[in-house]
Amino acid sequence: MKTAISYPTVGAMGKTGTWRVFRPSLDREKCIKCWRCWIFCPDSAISRDEYPVIDYEYCKGCGVCANECPVNAIEMGREEK
Amino acid sequence: MIFIDTANHISALAAKMAKPHVIAAYPITPQTTIVERLAEYVESGQLNADFIRVESEHSAMAACIGASAMGARTFTATASHGLLLMHEMLHWAGLARLPVVMVNVNRAIGPGWNIWSDLNDSLSQRDTGWIQFYASSNQEVFDNIIQAYKIGESEEVMLPVMISYDGFTLSHTSMPVEVPEQSKIDEFLPPFKPAWKIDVENPITHGNIVPPEPYMEIRYSMQRAMERAKKIIEEVGEEWGKKFGREYDLIQEYKCDDADYVMVTMGAISAEARFAVDELRKRGEKVGLVNLRTFRPFPYEKLKYEKMIVIDRNVSPGLGGVVYHEMKKTGKDLYGFIAGLGGVDVSYKDFERIYELAKRGKEGWYPLEVK
Repeated sequence: MKTAISYPTVGAMGKTGTWRVFRPSLDREKCIKCWRCWIFCPDSAISRDEYPVIDYEYCKGCGVCANECPVNAIEMGREEK
Repeated sequence: MIFIDTANHISALAAKMAKPHVIAAYPITPQTTIVERLAEYVESGQLNADFIRVESEHSAMAACIGASAMGARTFTATASHGLLLMHEMLHWAGLARLPVVMVNVNRAIGPGWNIWSDLNDSLSQRDTGWIQFYASSNQEVFDNIIQAYKIGESEEVMLPVMISYDGFTLSHTSMPVEVPEQSKIDEFLPPFKPAWKIDVENPITHGNIVPPEPYMEIRYSMQRAMERAKKIIEEVGEEWGKKFGREYDLIQEYKCDDADYVMVTMGAISAEARFAVDELRKRGEKVGLVNLRTFRPFPYEKLKYEKMIVIDRNVSPGLGGVVYHEMKKTGKDLYGFIAGLGGVDVSYKDFERIYELAKRGKEGWYPLEVK
């Protein structure tokens, strides 16, 4: 029997970072480490270290993290590549 | 034990005896008394199931899909416009290979607003990957519902199953029905073993994006399951016969052995056609009847008679009768009639008339074009 089951894996659809038009960048000076960006990232492209770490190989640039950040520590700038 | 009750109450009883974990339903004429009765069973503690009251039929099917994906046995019932509102979710249940069981009480589609029977509602769901059964008596309704669980949940099949029967003609008409003991039903119907399920210990995603080649394999797998379902329907029907004395196949043949002409019908009008065959036989006419019990999978291999008169209580506008056109795959001589739409009565006298017309080589809409 075949149906549309998939298992958790990294990057099943390839390096989706190439889809990005807007690029999030974190200002560590402003970051209060509340981890809302890490919680809300729909692609699990933010991981936890000393500060949030954005994985640009998979971040599609949706901007949810910037929208959720309570102190505007994430800025969305146009991708230049 | 013999019960005398309507097909709707018999449906509710059959559903109860199949012990579903989840029932999600929305009322619609002429189906409402099924879910009313099921709600009473749950409220009074006679049935240990979650009854989910939803805001639409689309949601009813979505809830059944979600519950089935958790490994629960599910039941719902609908009719006509309610079924049409489910259409998207019907495809979803089929492609997800979830054996949801649903009763559809056949009712014409509006406008014009009409609550009487024809089969256009369920036949327009023919490509959704649901097994489709039709019944011509309340006994068949009961037997089909219990068997539907065993067939749909078979590991060789894993497809949802729709049991259809005519609004009012069966749904609100009381007939005697033999109902087996619960213990005998439990022996016949083992618990549901899902082919896949959502489990927090073993996380999966279902319905994620699928590239073209694997998608085509999913469709192929579904087609193969439908083909295998023919054998499973036969086996389950035979087992039912051994246990309960009423054997079932994909079709029911009546006085066909020496017949020059065989009438082919589906649903409640088959009971009337059977009576017409008896009347015609009294006059020396060699005529028989095939009642199509399953429409999906379509049992064309079994329709082996040289001259078949197909009476469709439905129409595919721009083509004609759905069953008539599907039967062209048999390569036999076919005479197609469209009759009984929107609840127009098709009595045994009409079947006698249709038989006489077919013998003269006529076909068409009865009685609008030929009578």
